[in-house]
Amino acid sequence: MSQYREIISNGLWKNNPATVQLLGLCPLLAVTSTVVNALGLGLATILVLVISNVTVSLIRDYVSNEIRIPVFVIVIAAAVTMTDMIMQAFFYDLYLVIGLFVALITTNCAIIARAEAFASKNSVTSSLLDGLFMGLGFTGILVLLGAMREIIGSGTLFANMDLLLGAGSEWLSLTIIDNYEGFLLAILPPGAFIGLGLIIAGKNLIDQWQKKSAESALQQTAT
Amino acid sequence: MQTLGKNMLRSAVLLGIFAILATALVAFLYDNTHQRIAENKRLFTLKKLHELIPPDIHDNVLDTDKITVRDALLSRKNPVPVYRARKDGQTVAVIIQAVAPDGYSGRITLLVAINRDGSVAGVRVTEHRETPGLGDAIETKKSDWIHLFTDKTLTEADHHWRVQRDGGAIDQITSATITSRAVVSAVNNALRYFEQNSAFLLDES
Repeated sequence: MSQYREIISNGLWKNNPATVQLLGLCPLLAVTSTVVNALGLGLATILVLVISNVTVSLIRDYVSNEIRIPVFVIVIAAAVTMTDMIMQAFFYDLYLVIGLFVALITTNCAIIARAEAFASKNSVTSSLLDGLFMGLGFTGILVLLGAMREIIGSGTLFANMDLLLGAGSEWLSLTIIDNYEGFLLAILPPGAFIGLGLIIAGKNLIDQWQKKSAESALQQTAT
Repeated sequence: MQTLGKNMLRSAVLLGIFAILATALVAFLYDNTHQRIAENKRLFTLKKLHELIPPDIHDNVLDTDKITVRDALLSRKNPVPVYRARKDGQTVAVIIQAVAPDGYSGRITLLVAINRDGSVAGVRVTEHRETPGLGDAIETKKSDWIHLFTDKTLTEADHHWRVQRDGGAIDQITSATITSRAVVSAVNNALRYFEQNSAFLLDES
């Protein structure tokens, strides 16, 4: 049980692909101008990560060391292509917005990194959990960054959510600041770098603060 | 030596099997989705066209009644599609795809709908890379600017087909003069092309 808890906390916080491993920055920076784009790409990434992790773990005993990288590449490419087709068939409106970046999931090194570092050495259940929570951790950062950039950049939150959730979810769209002129920097790529920097700084701050309070608690029990 | 050869063979066969399996899986999914995908694309085009020419003023299928033309007025490089809207066999309007080569960040692709009498029925931007927050006001989602072309004709004196900054009569988008200028001249060119080739475009030659 504790082993699974370790996997979950690694994916969501301690070893988060976006803030700690800094993997997959290309899609991370490109699609986070609004929450809906970020969430769409995040869900697609989770799907690919889970498929690739489970498959790699299933075949880990049959694939010899020499050919494991090409096999991983085949698995990931197939998973991405299938995700791409499924999106085109069932979420076409969203595909029009983030379609270009779905193909780029292939280049998201987080996926091959998890296949190589984790799934090729662990059981199917662990790999499934690892894929799911690494994906969730990545999506969480995507959505957080998307929300920051959307509020600062265009003064709205959850705009165009119906692209992802279907008609009837327009009520989610919030106008945070009325008659907002927009802050261009937040929408353009530099805004993504600055935003991600702030998020990483925030995470480190929390880690430090936790460490300090743990230390002071230790000192108190010692004295 | 023999074991090395065996190992290599085993790896090669294994890799081959994986490649075949993955390809088969992708092919299977493609087979089951490609019709749906093609239909999605068609519906999307049709929706764009119907924004310009409402379904009640024509009775043909817009997206299949299509010809391809090549003219420097419309696009410097590629041939572009022209869609015809017909009612009772007569062409009532055409929708021309025009490319403005000189946007602020590259090409802007437009759909220009022109009525039989040569007046603009409407203009939409289908593809662009203009600055978010400034030049993207050419999208209907962001502002109403693009609607000001509706009902305009070529007969207005030539210099009217310019933005105010250049002494013309058309409001430019604030802080996006280059974008506005590119769109205005592309629409103007599409109208001129229509005037020169109206018999052919209306399918009456």
